[in-house]
Amino acid sequence: MKKTDICTIEHSKIIVNNEVIFENQTETFSEFAKEAYKNLALNYPKFHKMDNLSKLAFLASEVILKDEDHSRTALVFANKSSSLDTDFKYQESINSQENYFPSPAVFVYTLPNICVGEISIKHQMQTENAFFILDEFDEKFLNDYSEQILQSGKADKVLCGWVELYQESYKAFVYLLTL
Amino acid sequence: MENLREELKHKIIEVLNLEDVAIEEIKDTDPLFGGGLGLDSIDALELIVLLDKEYGIKLADPKKGKEIFASIDTMAKFIEENRTK
Repeated sequence: MKKTDICTIEHSKIIVNNEVIFENQTETFSEFAKEAYKNLALNYPKFHKMDNLSKLAFLASEVILKDEDHSRTALVFANKSSSLDTDFKYQESINSQENYFPSPAVFVYTLPNICVGEISIKHQMQTENAFFILDEFDEKFLNDYSEQILQSGKADKVLCGWVELYQESYKAFVYLLTL
Repeated sequence: MENLREELKHKIIEVLNLEDVAIEEIKDTDPLFGGGLGLDSIDALELIVLLDKEYGIKLADPKKGKEIFASIDTMAKFIEENRTK
């Protein structure tokens, strides 16, 4: 298989194919993501409604997918902390009976695979997608799974990725695979 | 009532994360849904929570939301008539 494009996001930097395309020393991931969105001129207002895990996955995917046709690109992602970051935020909104205001907009992000849904919606993908929870990044596992999809002829490309985020600790490693 | 309209615009932008929308862009009679704000069904649920949290109004019949959330004007009028805080 060929790995054609690679994006890494960590330590307030977005690196595509070994080139830093955005860097900003902000205090929080939210601020970093907002600045990156503006700088990359993504023009997709729904981005602001996403939780941080989806923002991370979305940013890493956008710089690879761009505006090309990805109707035959599948998605295989994984991380360690699932949607725990958002799960805690949701829990906070329902902890107190006196201040009980569960947020529907936060609730919809209390599953990790929502982030691949966001990418699919943006690029109108109706291909296979999968999200695995793993102890650590296992490239062989993701590649083997992706190869099966490619060999089956159900997709021409697979966007693979490790998108880990919990509180202010985050890392995305996303790449495109073809046969 | 004018203050309430302005307050609502601020709160809607904040609660619905409409980062790219300026207050001046939301006119009092503009449709909140199906218009330029791009609001969806999850946003409608957030507005129901906003009524409860900020103004103490529990919407007994969610079907009335369509009428109440038609515009800033209709929302402000409903809040004025029904608020408990």
